[in-house]
Amino acid sequence: MSHGPDKEYEQLRVSGLHAFYGESHILHGIDMVVHRGELVTLLGRNGAGRTTTLKAIMNMVGRRTGSIMINGEETMSCAPHHIARLGVGYCPEHRGIFSSLNVQENLTLPPVVRSGGMSLEEIYTMFPNLYERRFSQGTKLSGGEQQMLAMARILRTGANMLLLDEITEGLAPVIVEKLGEVLTALKNKGLTIVLVEQNFHFAAPLADRHYVVEHGQIVEEIRADELSAKQSVLDSYLGV
Amino acid sequence: MSMIFGVPLAVLWGQLLIGIINGAFYALLSLGLAVIFGLLKIINFAHGAMYMLGAMCTVLLFDYLGINYWVALFLAPVLVGLVGVVIEYFLLRRIAGQDHIYSLLLTFGVALMLQGVLTNFFGVSGLRYSMPDTFQGGMNLGFMFLPYYRAWVIVVALLVCFGTWFMIEKTKLGSYLRAGTEDAQLMQGFGINVPLLVSLTYGFGVMLAAFAGVLAAPIYSVTPVMGSHILIVVFAVVVIGGMGSIGGAIITGVLMGVVEGLTKTFYPPASSAVIFLVMVVVLLIRPTGLFGKEA
Repeated sequence: MSHGPDKEYEQLRVSGLHAFYGESHILHGIDMVVHRGELVTLLGRNGAGRTTTLKAIMNMVGRRTGSIMINGEETMSCAPHHIARLGVGYCPEHRGIFSSLNVQENLTLPPVVRSGGMSLEEIYTMFPNLYERRFSQGTKLSGGEQQMLAMARILRTGANMLLLDEITEGLAPVIVEKLGEVLTALKNKGLTIVLVEQNFHFAAPLADRHYVVEHGQIVEEIRADELSAKQSVLDSYLGV
Repeated sequence: MSMIFGVPLAVLWGQLLIGIINGAFYALLSLGLAVIFGLLKIINFAHGAMYMLGAMCTVLLFDYLGINYWVALFLAPVLVGLVGVVIEYFLLRRIAGQDHIYSLLLTFGVALMLQGVLTNFFGVSGLRYSMPDTFQGGMNLGFMFLPYYRAWVIVVALLVCFGTWFMIEKTKLGSYLRAGTEDAQLMQGFGINVPLLVSLTYGFGVMLAAFAGVLAAPIYSVTPVMGSHILIVVFAVVVIGGMGSIGGAIITGVLMGVVEGLTKTFYPPASSAVIFLVMVVVLLIRPTGLFGKEA
């Protein structure tokens, strides 16, 4: 945890973020900061606004107000395709594997946005299954393999901040364990990660900090070392 | 003379040839429609008008600027393609994401306006465009006479169709198109300039139509309404092939031209209805079309 990137550097600062889908007001003033090299989770119940927060950062929701700074740059007026070029890699909840593309085409689809991304060889070393099935149709893979593919795809681009939405959802424990190893490796490489996660037992040992989201607002911020002290608060929010 | 089912063989071959030629046009046009529908999810009713513009452009470039067929073969599609990009940028983009009916009405309106304005200037009796000298005459294949120009149309149309299929199915640019067809928002999230891709795709689809128009200029009557006649058939072809299927559009196009040609030989009264008959049958048996993905 101590090595590498500058922990003071604000890679992402979201202030007073409101987001709307048509008439429905989803986010009610999200405030959060993510430093370089940090792994931060967004915890909360379904419908609390965690996915929408990630989508709002990607400029993928209808209307937004407030401020989203990436690397110190205001991005509220950026077109969606400019966000990725700031070094942001987004892995959607539905994984977004394209059925008309084979595995390798899926993998090489996102353009490289920064130098320092992983090469195809490195990716295939990290995910040997993808290599074996590189000419299969993307959606013919198992759920776990599709999730690996969705992750691997954004590692190639050189993105240094990953927004990951429910990557363990519906996957077998052995796959979840593998994903945990991957995240640890990425963190050790100095990548900044924002993780929307339902599986608290998966997220807890990996994360530096947790934000609890409820009704479209951040209601609690918990550092990793405060977890045991604030466990009861957290449980009451998550309803476990 | 040898006969088959009471039809002279030479007549059969002749109709088959016409069928393949018409099929080549259907293929080029339905291919453009399929490409546009795939990414933009709009049914481009202006497609016939773009085909007409391609042919008109060829005639006018020659009449007013003395530009010959070979130059027009490239220039006309580029010019009409630019018209397409303008239509996409200033009109279609504003109603993106709305119900299909809006883009359908809008493109239909654009087609009517283009037809109306050009009819006002040129009438509907047809402009003359003489066959390029290179293609005068033809060759005797023994069983039939093959005019050079018809042979050229078939070869070049199929080459362009194959090239387009290859570009979409086998190249990097094509993978953007295919992926954009599935989830354009995520593509944009990866940093791909989807609005630009959409403009270029519409322009490219329109270029294919205009290219068909240039090919048609020396053999069909060039009039401002030539597009509206062929478009209805082409829509039937796209429906038979399956909306959005690239290979399906090409194969079905040629196939339907042949079916039409054969019908003209054996039972002429049904020739203009046969494609629609096929469409009805296909829709009853396979609602997603011959090559469409099962929903």
